[in-house]
Amino acid sequence: MASYWNRNPIRVFVFLILTVFVVVRSNIPSTPGEGAEERRWEASQVGDVDPGMSVAPPHPHTNTDSFQEELVVRPLHSGDIYASFQFRTVWEADFSRGNKVSHYQLFPKSLGQVISKFSVRELHISFTQGYWRTMQWGQPFLPSPPGAELWVWFQDSVTDVDGTWKELTNVLSGIFCASLNFIDSTNTVQPSAAFKPLGVGNVTDHRFLRYATLPREIVCTENLTPWKKLLPCGSKAGLAVLLKSEKLFHSSFHSQAVHIRPICQDQRCKSTSLELRQTLNAVFDLHTSGQAKREWSLFKMFSRTLTEACPLASSSKIYIDITDNSQGEQFELSPASSLLSQAVVLGDRRTFSVYDLTDQATFGSTLSPFDKKWQYPIGDMLRPLLHAERYVAGYGLQTGEIHTVMYNHHPYRSFPVLLLDSVPWYLRLYIHTLTVTSKGKENKPSYIHYQPSKDRLRPHLLEMLVQLPPNSATEVTVEFERALLKWTEYTPDPNHGFYVGSSVISSLVPSTVATNTSITQEQPLFSSFFPCKEELSYFVRVYTEPLLVNLPTPDFSMPYNVICLTCTVVAVGYGSLYNLLTRSFQIEEPSPGLAKRIANVIRRMRGVPPL
Amino acid sequence: MAAPLTLLLVVAVTVRALLSSSALQQLIAERVEVVSPISAWKRVIEGLALLDLGVSPYSGDVFHETPLIIYLFHFVVDYAEITFILADVIAAVALYISVKDYNKQVFRKQKFALEADRYPMDCLELIRSPKEMHYIPLKVAMFYLLNPFTVLSCVAKATCGLNNAVLALFILATIKGNMLLSAIFLCLATYQSIYPLTLCVPAMLYLMQRQYIPVNPRRFGFWWFVAQYLFMYVGSLFVLVCLSFFLLGSWDFLSSVYGFILSVPDLTPNIGLFWYFFAEMFEHFRLFFLCVFQINVFFYTIPLSIKLKDHPVFLIFMQLAVISIFKSYPTVGDLALYLAFLPMWSHLHRFLRNLFLVSCVLLACSALFPVLWHLWIYAGSANSNFYYAITLLFNVAQILLVSDYFYAFLRREHHLTYGLYLKRTDGSEATLVLK
Repeated sequence: MASYWNRNPIRVFVFLILTVFVVVRSNIPSTPGEGAEERRWEASQVGDVDPGMSVAPPHPHTNTDSFQEELVVRPLHSGDIYASFQFRTVWEADFSRGNKVSHYQLFPKSLGQVISKFSVRELHISFTQGYWRTMQWGQPFLPSPPGAELWVWFQDSVTDVDGTWKELTNVLSGIFCASLNFIDSTNTVQPSAAFKPLGVGNVTDHRFLRYATLPREIVCTENLTPWKKLLPCGSKAGLAVLLKSEKLFHSSFHSQAVHIRPICQDQRCKSTSLELRQTLNAVFDLHTSGQAKREWSLFKMFSRTLTEACPLASSSKIYIDITDNSQGEQFELSPASSLLSQAVVLGDRRTFSVYDLTDQATFGSTLSPFDKKWQYPIGDMLRPLLHAERYVAGYGLQTGEIHTVMYNHHPYRSFPVLLLDSVPWYLRLYIHTLTVTSKGKENKPSYIHYQPSKDRLRPHLLEMLVQLPPNSATEVTVEFERALLKWTEYTPDPNHGFYVGSSVISSLVPSTVATNTSITQEQPLFSSFFPCKEELSYFVRVYTEPLLVNLPTPDFSMPYNVICLTCTVVAVGYGSLYNLLTRSFQIEEPSPGLAKRIANVIRRMRGVPPL
Repeated sequence: MAAPLTLLLVVAVTVRALLSSSALQQLIAERVEVVSPISAWKRVIEGLALLDLGVSPYSGDVFHETPLIIYLFHFVVDYAEITFILADVIAAVALYISVKDYNKQVFRKQKFALEADRYPMDCLELIRSPKEMHYIPLKVAMFYLLNPFTVLSCVAKATCGLNNAVLALFILATIKGNMLLSAIFLCLATYQSIYPLTLCVPAMLYLMQRQYIPVNPRRFGFWWFVAQYLFMYVGSLFVLVCLSFFLLGSWDFLSSVYGFILSVPDLTPNIGLFWYFFAEMFEHFRLFFLCVFQINVFFYTIPLSIKLKDHPVFLIFMQLAVISIFKSYPTVGDLALYLAFLPMWSHLHRFLRNLFLVSCVLLACSALFPVLWHLWIYAGSANSNFYYAITLLFNVAQILLVSDYFYAFLRREHHLTYGLYLKRTDGSEATLVLK
């Protein structure tokens, strides 16, 4: 094999290219680990820690920052490639007690200052271009809605939460070069149940929570550059080298996010530190860009190759999902890695091939392309147990109906989901028309939290807890009325329509595989974001499509005409009444005609008696 | 006389019941001409649903009716159709009785004047006979009950039907001379939609004339009466507002009901002048024009009361018309109330100048409203200007109608004083002009 690789000297400078050839030999999914005796399993220790808390990995230098980076590549059943980057910076500074910290090592100062100034407990922000197709791609590691999403938990010491939120959105708008300054009271809600803190601390008073989405936000290079600047190595070294916008934005789906939350410093959780998790997810469509060759490599996807790990990183790893490929029947990895890892992600036990970039041996091998005919991988994708979609029904510009359909694909278990809908005020929801039906029967939500909108002040907020019966579709419908706005309130392209942010469906989905609630040290980053408190269920958040709704529009070209015409009608009313009110009836005395009057004037000048 | 009225009521109730139970009900209930953001039944139901969810109905911007309405429908929501039909029947019967009573008084006054020989000799043509006045009450009831506008409003369960019933009862109480009931009903109407506030003046004028109190600001009796009436009116208003406060335990309803009526934040199209004007208004002139338009409704009270101080019932008609034209969220139900009074002024027909034109325009507009609405909202082949143009025309027609009746009324009064066939100084036939 090695001699075969060395035959192509052109690629010798490439340290690592993972080229995968899909060679479908059988469609029988094989169990992980079978026939892989020669491979080594990644060491994992089961620690006895408080479940539900992510623990920062112990670091050789105590009381300093640590940084980890990780890339997960998963070939999807649709033939696309899903690449997920996770960068985690842990800052051992405790803000919860009001400390002001001015010393920064790895943690980006711009964000650190924002957090301390605005007393932020948790901050989650995501920018997404494209819509995640759950039924084709499965569940993402970290879900995000199209457009921008921001949700923040403030410390309970904040008194003016709305003012702080306004300021914070403006600052973040500057940091991320995004239109977050368009977040105001008309698109901010305070969910009562759907967004719980993901870090330590049991604050559940939703007065300190603010949630907003901008479904219309376009994500592009100007958002990526400041995001990359937050990394300790920037885009100079490590996995971030791959993040070049010309390829990244040429993808079917792109999502970048920043999550800041407090986590336990050690297993006893006496003090907390701050975790900054930067994630970037992209789905590459290699069918169209690969010229009918079903081969992919890091170079093909990113048009860059890895040169070295970030020197500041305590761990730098690439995980390739080989669950469906344990024997190399669908694709071959080159260079092959002897290190394997197993992790339970979203209720599914997956096997990964691991490449450790801190290990210099990884960069030693080179490879050459291998040409083989490829076929579609045939096999059953594990259907996501929870899936949702949404659409607007009805015609005309007067009323409409929002339909949200939630699917439970579990064959025999029902589970509750929490549906959150934030609808702008100009779609006036009628809550009495709310119906929830599953399998043709009414399914009464066990909890409804509804906050009606105020015109030009706040949106509708609808949260409800619905039990989804097994193997069913549950449909939630609610009617709305479209408002006519003032002409200055329309967007510059009013007939394009108005976006309504995605519904958020959060649920604890029963798992077929026991999730490891005891956090091991070596657990990959992507599998350990949402706190997991139960073994037999896992947390899933699903975002539906955003809606595009047309509103009736006035004629924008004629404000003057309308003002003039309406005032004329009022004046006609006023004038005719004024006429009748102030004048009285009199007998008309005939007035002489114009010619006669002129003649009389002339006659008077001549001294002749008038006619 | 009771038999025709009963027949009329039976017919009216049947028509309403049939329409309510037909598929047309849904269609009618969504028409913007029939329901406004305040009076829409859908919004009342929404308010009830919000109450059931434990949310204050006034915390949102959908429900704008008064707390008493929501309290009423809390009990009778299952019998809503019957309630609205009953309201129409009550309104019609109240109008019937009050017109009958009023006609009696008119006739008596006319008799006194004839006996006192106050009318000029050639005015006998203008004298009203009991024969022609006999059917007027029935005609008024018929105009109210069988008017398509009233029927639509009732079938759509627009709460302005209730307001009309209260106003009809107010008119009945006033004409019957019951000061307390008059004040209470007027207060109920004001409580629901502010604008009937201007009817205070005609009510006081009428009651004073009935009690032979001279309408003279220099007399103590005048002010004493005004104080009494206003005390009853403001007192019952105070009681109502406090009652509303205790029903819901918050003052939110004040801004949500009255603030909503006065500041016009909801620009849903209707038959009035406000919606498109304020949709197209420049932001920094909004407050100014809002004040101008709202003052416009109340402003006519003073000059009209001075001009018509001897004819308070005609003044009530004028005020109702002005309110229904210039109010912020008018519906056809508001129109129906003052249109019902038209048979009362049938003796003015010989002086009307453009009744034919105005009726044609009103009819054509009523037909064009749904057509242009469809073209704008559903077909997309027209835009908002089409619908707006029709609202303009509709309002011009209403204004012409009202001012024509006003003109005819003033002219008849003039003729009753100066004679019907006026002569110029040189003896030739004269024409009357306004100067």
